[in-house]
Amino acid sequence: MPLLVLQRLVSTIPVLLVVAVIVFLMLRISGDPAAILAGDTATSAQIEAVRQAFGFDRPIWEQFLGWIVQVLQGDLGESLFTGLPVTTLIAQRIEPTLMLALTTIVFSVLVAVPLGVLAAWRSGTWIDRAVMVFAVLGFSVPVFVLGYGFMYVFSIELRLLPVQGYTSPFVDPVAFAQGIILPTLTLSCIYIALIARITRASVLETLNEDYIRTARAKGQVERTVLFRHALRNAAVPIVTVIGLGVALLIGGVVVTESVFNIPGLGRLVVDAITRRDYPIIQGLILFFALIYVVLNLIIDLAYTLLDPRIRY
Amino acid sequence: MTAVVDKTAEGAIPPGDEPTPAPAAPASHLAGTLRRYPLAAFAALVLALIAFGAVFAPLVGTTDPTALNPAARLQGASATHWLGTDHLGRDVWSRLVYGARVSVVVGLAVAALAVVVGLVIGLFTGFIRWLDPIVMRVMDGLMAIPGILLAIALVSVSGASIVTVIAAIVVPEVPRVVRLVRSVVLSVREEPYVEAAVSVGTPLPKLLWRHVLPNCVPPLIVQATYVAASAMLTEAILSFLGAGTPPIVPSWGNMVAEGRLLFQIAPMNLLYPGIALAITILAVNILGDALRDRLDPKLAKRVGQR
Amino acid sequence: MTTHQGDGPVLSIRDLAVALPAGADRRYAVEGVSFDVGPGEIVCVVGESGSGKSVTAFSVMGLLAKGELHAERGQILLEGEDVLKATPERLRDLRGTRMAMIFQEPATALNPVMTIGDQIDEVLQIHTKLSPAERREKVIAIMEAMHLPDPQALYDRYPHQLSGGQRQRVMIAAAMVLDPVILIADEPTTALDVTTQAQILQLIKEMQERRRTGVLFITHDFGVVAEIADKVVVMRYGKVVEQGPAAEIFANPKVAYTRMLIASVPSLEPPTRTAASGEVAVRTRDLVKGYGGKSWLGRATQPSVLAAKDVNLVVRRGETLGVVGESGSGKSTVARCIVRLVDPTSGAIEIAGVDIAGLSTRALTPYRRRVQMVFQDPYRSLNPRRTVGASVMEGPMNFGLPREEALARARRLMSLVGLSPDALDRYPHQFSGGQRQRIAIARALAMEPDVLIADEAVSALDVSVQKQVLELLDQVKREFDLALLFITHDLRVAAQICDRIAVMRRGEVVEEGPTRELFLDPKHEYTRTLLAAAPGRHLGPAVAAE
Repeated sequence: MPLLVLQRLVSTIPVLLVVAVIVFLMLRISGDPAAILAGDTATSAQIEAVRQAFGFDRPIWEQFLGWIVQVLQGDLGESLFTGLPVTTLIAQRIEPTLMLALTTIVFSVLVAVPLGVLAAWRSGTWIDRAVMVFAVLGFSVPVFVLGYGFMYVFSIELRLLPVQGYTSPFVDPVAFAQGIILPTLTLSCIYIALIARITRASVLETLNEDYIRTARAKGQVERTVLFRHALRNAAVPIVTVIGLGVALLIGGVVVTESVFNIPGLGRLVVDAITRRDYPIIQGLILFFALIYVVLNLIIDLAYTLLDPRIRY
Repeated sequence: MTAVVDKTAEGAIPPGDEPTPAPAAPASHLAGTLRRYPLAAFAALVLALIAFGAVFAPLVGTTDPTALNPAARLQGASATHWLGTDHLGRDVWSRLVYGARVSVVVGLAVAALAVVVGLVIGLFTGFIRWLDPIVMRVMDGLMAIPGILLAIALVSVSGASIVTVIAAIVVPEVPRVVRLVRSVVLSVREEPYVEAAVSVGTPLPKLLWRHVLPNCVPPLIVQATYVAASAMLTEAILSFLGAGTPPIVPSWGNMVAEGRLLFQIAPMNLLYPGIALAITILAVNILGDALRDRLDPKLAKRVGQR
Repeated sequence: MTTHQGDGPVLSIRDLAVALPAGADRRYAVEGVSFDVGPGEIVCVVGESGSGKSVTAFSVMGLLAKGELHAERGQILLEGEDVLKATPERLRDLRGTRMAMIFQEPATALNPVMTIGDQIDEVLQIHTKLSPAERREKVIAIMEAMHLPDPQALYDRYPHQLSGGQRQRVMIAAAMVLDPVILIADEPTTALDVTTQAQILQLIKEMQERRRTGVLFITHDFGVVAEIADKVVVMRYGKVVEQGPAAEIFANPKVAYTRMLIASVPSLEPPTRTAASGEVAVRTRDLVKGYGGKSWLGRATQPSVLAAKDVNLVVRRGETLGVVGESGSGKSTVARCIVRLVDPTSGAIEIAGVDIAGLSTRALTPYRRRVQMVFQDPYRSLNPRRTVGASVMEGPMNFGLPREEALARARRLMSLVGLSPDALDRYPHQFSGGQRQRIAIARALAMEPDVLIADEAVSALDVSVQKQVLELLDQVKREFDLALLFITHDLRVAAQICDRIAVMRRGEVVEEGPTRELFLDPKHEYTRTLLAAAPGRHLGPAVAAE
């Protein structure tokens, strides 16, 4: 068994390698990386100096190998602007992002799964339609519109919650809770839409399975049929989407942190864009991709717990 | 024996020796869809209005959307400025109408490009065995990078213009189309009628064209609408984050980004373009859902997510 | 639970009518259905697809699809209590205690993520107040009674770890654990291999004899009916056309439809045939096909499974070779290798003396024409988006035949297979399963092949249609001097159509010989088992003539 898990682990290496190549090539596709790094006002001598300093005059595969070795040692480079290592910046900024992601995932799953089951159980009724309308809305309303909408209603008009900012739960739990409500709501909408939709679809599908009929033929009550037989069998696609949706979540985090002025990794990216601080952008993309791949690997391995037919 | 009884009561018993009900002819898909789904019909109408406004922008009560008028900053709605003015005195209604052009162009262009590129890669990947693992690993890698981040990075290195924005949004969308096409190809390849065509000596190009491609069209039409919706959303987010179309272009994303500064004073200048964006994307998604229900009920299952 | 007292019927259906939803092709799924099931009696409801036999069964359990079907008239009396009038709660109480049901597909009827033991235990949890220990004891006992091996170990297994026959035994265990007075079995052996079917039928008989359970047995197979029925109810288009004691129905069927159904069942007794002497059209030498093996990037190299092992077959022109076997025997794999839909691992396939086993796609093309196949599922073997004509003409036109000539040939073939030439302009969905299979035969013949392979080509058809398609296959074989390779699981069909038969098991040919010899004097143990397992062995025209 551990050997098979190891093999599954090894199979993610090509994926990460592809990510690394893409991230590495990103700076090259637009032309001369030295010119980009040196900035808009650089003279040709300055560009040449950057080229030498960063080794852009070496063959590209050599540069790639060197960079990969660096990355494997945990070195994602330094910020062009502050000179701080990217890893240090990530460590400084990770807490708010992690907190926001956690509250969002927990809240979304708690809301979306029951909603989806309800919609499937009552499929074709107004309850089902209401859930589906909500799901389409969740997909369609841009995160920043939601964020500012919530802010307008709850913070500016009703003055119930703080407008912007972040307080660490380790400093002031109450302020943390007040501050995290709106960002969580904002970020959750699209995630809830995604999970509720897939929950409804897969529960609806399992409800048509023969073993549901068997359970009813045994005299089982509907509630148990729904949760013990249907939801349990629908779990694999739902969990899969929760994992795949993390990509969506990361995109949403970037926007949500900007809207609510939360000093997390998302803000780090946005600030890096405005300053054209490429090592930070590169490093963060690599970091997020790694998180995504590892998370989905864990979910893959968890399938064996959900479905005895799946073996690695 | 009707299909209804077939499914519910007779289980997997071989179907009766009678013809099955006819599937709808492809030509009547759109019209039929609109009749059966009034909400979708309404969504189509909304989209038609938006497209009309985008094409004939100068004719729908607008002035120059980039004309500055510092004297008339942040005015409320009036007969001259239907939705008021922004912090530089520009007419919000005009900017909103011209902004639709950007969203419509980005949505259509990204959907078309992503579908065409994804279709070609997916068809070949599904049929050429040695190509499959290589292409799919590249696609997995692309999908591992959150789409918005990838687009941000692509725009920020290649400079902000509408072309680079479109290209940057297409790249993260392609893997999803490839996966969809490939899954259709893999399942169609196992169909007995495709095997029958192989055994009567049909060469690969004809096989793909006659027997495989027609099966890809319905799910691709549906997927194209979702891609269009997602592209408009991403374009707006890029502009909002300062990595999209140049600020001089009146786009909804840029209007939102500018509205942020004075949000507490003039919230509507942010909310107007935001709501326009939400309505447009909502309409596209509703249309996509109706098309999916009609064309391809199994699509949601096949792609797992959108 | 108490068993049924007295001799009155345990189940009595009176004038049942179940309405179809508006817009269906008829008003009632079943209408005016009346019959009784006594204690310890096996009543077989038999009919072709669309006869309403399953609807009748589901009505008793109250499991009709909600909103689509509902019982409009009549009574269903379970020990005198009308279940049609029962509240949902009362109905739930009765299910599993007084009435129980088993289904066609044991593979899908069991919950894949629950252990076997838990699924039987569920019935006890719902309906009894026994302690967990008592429940476990009862579950183990019923599993033993179903002859399931090592119940203690099996308790914690999952359905996918069991064989098809074991799964159906588990289903029966869950149904019988509270000793219901009636067991409803909806085609319980249709999805099973013939040897497994025989064992399950034996088990159901045992239940009926030992526990005096009444059995309502739904089937389309008159062989099964002959095997187990005490009483027979024949249904057609939602109505009962004839009912009576089994012996009477078989000896003296009163209605023409019943006579036709019984006569359509091919006899297990093969007619005398002369050996074919035509030239060899296809020959396989030591054909091997293995699955599994290497995978992308360091995954375990799975032990490769041999789907076909050293298969040597010869088919001459004008001859029909039957390849008979149960699921997993490799019979279809051999067929697909010969058509080169899959590439054989090793061995030779000789078509007209040339080995095509290793030919590239390009080099293979001229030989593609010579071997054609008719597939099992008539609903999926024609492209639904293309006209019948386009499908039939595709092959000849691939080989350069001009459109006009291809069309002329297609028209001739349509008449040959008994369809009108204007069928060419229509789409597959406008045809029935039997008609589609005729079209598929025409498509194969359009290539003017030497060899025709029929892969379970009549298995998906009702018996009456099956008979006509078999006659057509036999006719075209003679007319075009074809070598016919006939893949089937059905010994009856094989007995009637094949000159020689090869019996396959687990990828190997265990016995081969002229049909009559093989049936009358089987040499291999497995062939004897197969023949013994065929339900209603003495049924068929030979018996009917007596």
